[in-house]
Amino acid sequence: MNAILVVEQVLNGLQFGVMLFLMAAGLTLVFGIMNLVNLAHGSMYMVGAYLAVAATQWTGSYLAGIVLGLAGTLLVGVVVEVVTLRTLYERDHLDQVLATFGLILFFNELVAIVWGRAALFSDIPQVLSGHVDLMGNLRYPVYRLTIIIVGLLVALLLWVVVTRTRLGMLIRAGASNRTMVSALGVNIRLLYTVVFGFGAVLAGLAGLMAGPIYAVQPGMGELILIQVFVVIVIGGIGSIRGALAGAIIVGMVDTMGRAFLKPLLGALISPTAAESAGPALASMLIYLLMAVVLALRPEGLFPAKGH
Amino acid sequence: MRARLALLVIGLALLAAAPPVAALFNQPFYVDLLRRVMIFAIAALSLNLILGYGGMVSFGHAAYLGIGGYAVAILSFYGINNGFVQLGVTVVASALVALVIGAVSIRTSGIYFIMITLAFTQMLYFLGISLDVYGGDDGMRLATRSDFGGLIDLADSTTFYYLVLGVMVLFLYVIHRIVNSRFGMVIRAAKSNEARTRAIGFSPYPYRLAAFVVAGAMCGVAGLLFVNHTAYLTPDYMHWTRSGEIMFMVILGGIGTTTGPVLGAFVLLLLEDVLAGWTEHWQIILGPFLILVVLFARRGLAGLLPGSDARD
Repeated sequence: MNAILVVEQVLNGLQFGVMLFLMAAGLTLVFGIMNLVNLAHGSMYMVGAYLAVAATQWTGSYLAGIVLGLAGTLLVGVVVEVVTLRTLYERDHLDQVLATFGLILFFNELVAIVWGRAALFSDIPQVLSGHVDLMGNLRYPVYRLTIIIVGLLVALLLWVVVTRTRLGMLIRAGASNRTMVSALGVNIRLLYTVVFGFGAVLAGLAGLMAGPIYAVQPGMGELILIQVFVVIVIGGIGSIRGALAGAIIVGMVDTMGRAFLKPLLGALISPTAAESAGPALASMLIYLLMAVVLALRPEGLFPAKGH
Repeated sequence: MRARLALLVIGLALLAAAPPVAALFNQPFYVDLLRRVMIFAIAALSLNLILGYGGMVSFGHAAYLGIGGYAVAILSFYGINNGFVQLGVTVVASALVALVIGAVSIRTSGIYFIMITLAFTQMLYFLGISLDVYGGDDGMRLATRSDFGGLIDLADSTTFYYLVLGVMVLFLYVIHRIVNSRFGMVIRAAKSNEARTRAIGFSPYPYRLAAFVVAGAMCGVAGLLFVNHTAYLTPDYMHWTRSGEIMFMVILGGIGTTTGPVLGAFVLLLLEDVLAGWTEHWQIILGPFLILVVLFARRGLAGLLPGSDARD
């Protein structure tokens, strides 16, 4: 275990973390403001990935693929919000979980009908392929580095929007007291649609960036969705700050666990036992972390105010 | 109330008559299908105890299905096929797991409860995948079914069917007794108003935990039956969509009603079967159906039956 390997894994953890953050930001906003548990958020991630791949193939341009993919995801998100989710805001969490579970089934099957069940692979554009030399002889893929940068930029953008703009003020006001906000003459339904669409676009962005790294296939959204729920629960539901902290923590813990738990266990117990226990423990690690966090702080690490 | 009881008796009589009728028309497939449906009905019944009456939205109930399955399959793997031993281990193991999960989870509430129960089930799911000795991701075949010493022969399809029916009726009765007992009144009171429940001198936590453990053990029995039914065990027993499915059965049938979960299991699984025979892409119909049920049939199918007002 040398320093370069550690740095590389830290970067991988960061890359996974910002990806989780892009998903978690939308999910936590939707929960914080509309009080909606949206399992179908993973479907937006999947839709984004598929639309981007399809649009790239259709236009032959990666940039056009991104733009069309994001626009398409926005459209799908808004339609979903207006058609089904709008009526669910006043319902209890149980109803929301089930209805959005229904949406997952629908979208997975729809994607399977249109593009088939086999995984699609999207190429990394020419500009972003290759490696860069970071400190000494660590060569890191440009694409993953780009994801980190994009993710951090989005985090910055979100911070500016939420704390420095009128829309952000409405979002914060909506999260703490929505009755009062609507009493003050704000079109709260429109605000909800905007927030949901915004979250869907962020999820779509995560999905289309994930395309070249992970396989694009039906059900890809659920794999990450559950991890994203771990993120927002650890961070404190409804808090963007918590989502960022939780995403980085979960990204790091998961990546480090997968990389170093096996050799570490191998040193402590017998290598053969570590061979099977290592990966098992690594996949369980984030759930274990969540259970510990909830046992100690049932509201998460950065509980949102007003809940 | 009386109308409902009559419906229940008619329904059970029809179920009891199913194997000879299926044999008459030489359609043994339907006995298998109904057996599977009833096993899930048992799982849904157990979830209803905590979800419907206790207000605990557990999104990880499939965990106990897995515990029951693994208990039987692992014992069988080491040559222990005695059904009574397997039953004992299943009940104890699923109760213990439920005790651990419940002890941590019940401290939280709302969305946190939903997510933490899901997280625990995910842990068990990944544990199952990593158990290479027991087939890992692919799972393993159950070589011999549980052996109840010549008393009940599970290899015989009809006998197994009546066993499942018997267990289902037993659990229906047990849950009916539990929710109408003093203990049941406390968990129902804690669901409808926790502050008042505390004010009249009950701490809900131990009651909820006890209900959680009972529900886990009951679902473990469903797992034992299910692994005998499929004769194959995979970690997918504990997949989170399975938890969602069981939860949906409860909602579809009617949350917090005695027979609702059974009704829900029948409608959902038979509908799935019909749709799957019709098109490969049946989930594209099931998904919107689910949404429509949640949006419009708020009290579930049991709410549509006669005599439902008496219970609300």
